[in-house]
Amino acid sequence: MGDNTVAAGDNVIAEKYIARSSAIAARLIGGEMMIMSAVDSTFFTLNEVATLIWQAADGRTPLSDIVASRICPEFEVDAEQAGRDAEQFVSDLSQHGILLVSEKPITLASPSEAA
Amino acid sequence: MSLLAEMNQKALGLGIPISVHLDITYRCNERCVHCYLDHDDHGEMTTAEIKDILNQLSEAGVFFLTLSGGEVLMRRDFFEIVEHARRLLFNVKVKTNGVMIREAEAKRIRELGVEQVQISVYSHRPEIHDAITKLPGSLKRTVEAIRFLKSQGLKVVIANVLMAGNFFDNAGVMALAKELGVSYTLDPTITPKMDGDRSILALRIPGSELKQVFRSEELVGDVEEFCAPPPAPGDDVMDGLPCSAGHTACYISPYGDVFPCVQFPLPSGNVRRQKFADIWQNSSQLKEVRSIRARDLPTCSTCAHVGTCTRCPGLAYMEGNMRGPSTADCEKSFQRTGIPSANMLSRARVASAVPLIQIRAAV
Repeated sequence: MGDNTVAAGDNVIAEKYIARSSAIAARLIGGEMMIMSAVDSTFFTLNEVATLIWQAADGRTPLSDIVASRICPEFEVDAEQAGRDAEQFVSDLSQHGILLVSEKPITLASPSEAA
Repeated sequence: MSLLAEMNQKALGLGIPISVHLDITYRCNERCVHCYLDHDDHGEMTTAEIKDILNQLSEAGVFFLTLSGGEVLMRRDFFEIVEHARRLLFNVKVKTNGVMIREAEAKRIRELGVEQVQISVYSHRPEIHDAITKLPGSLKRTVEAIRFLKSQGLKVVIANVLMAGNFFDNAGVMALAKELGVSYTLDPTITPKMDGDRSILALRIPGSELKQVFRSEELVGDVEEFCAPPPAPGDDVMDGLPCSAGHTACYISPYGDVFPCVQFPLPSGNVRRQKFADIWQNSSQLKEVRSIRARDLPTCSTCAHVGTCTRCPGLAYMEGNMRGPSTADCEKSFQRTGIPSANMLSRARVASAVPLIQIRAAV
């Protein structure tokens, strides 16, 4: 198995790396993350679990590691279920350009470099 | 309730200043006839001081950051400040006259992820706009700036301050905004100068013209609903907060002075002498502002408009009492609905109680 793949049951799927987009505004308010896209002004709030994933989205840590090391122990949830939920969350936010997703580690750009 | 309103409510409950308006300079390349500022530099905060304030605001939970002035681009470090603000993930809105924005500046603003740029336009006619700004050629430069910003895909809002001298041009400015593909907002508020000089209030549009504004479907939407008589206020109204000033929002001047709002010049601390969080949490002035509910307003609590009036506590403060009425808002409520405010009625009673001819005998 290569570096960028993980086993899920009998399937081998590509690992995902996630990074926070720099074209957003964000602030933690009372445990909930407020996020607004600077591109289309879409406004989101993230619950505690989603906030944890968001904060761990450094572009270097694989999503599966984030789920295994941060989500499962913190919230005592089933790894498979947590993984599916995390995938869905990442997919939703990436569609709005809030999260960047790649099969390889991502180098984060500062807002000044963001297009 | 919208998500944003929910977060505002949450911030209010947690005592978080979710919005801060920071003027980074009072210097300006225009000299607008209605401006309330003194444009001399009396010791603006340095780049390092502003960056430190931004760090503190971020820690305090500020999400919406408005950078304004003066003219923000008069500061050579403007982009450095915006870049720092965006690194801290503020939602940044910039207010400018646009005169110094060319293609390169527009591109940089877009690259930095600024949410919105608000630009003042007073008329679609250069002779009127430039007479207000006292800068020849300013309308041309400002409109060019809007085009540059739009071509970068940025959200631009034209702010049209209405005065007696440009009242009849608001339709022209609206048409200009439409042609440029940008939003339009109108503001009939003229405020006294920061030094207390009230002479510029003479520029306010007269009540009869204000009435025309409130009857414009294009400006207010459903005129019948907008101009409807106010409903009787319930406890929720009487226990309500006048506005967000000092509750979830505040203003910081280029000299580090903290006020409840840009329009509420009640000195509440200075970030050069104290940490922002200390001022926000402990300032006796902010605590006083926060303690006021509608039922605590001696005149306004008895007014039919109490639940629907746009009463500005800052304008009331500038009239001498932060718990008193703001006569400009009394006028708006009256022109909107045709129903005089409690303040207007009380003034009329006082006026009628004074005899026309007064003779006082020498003692």
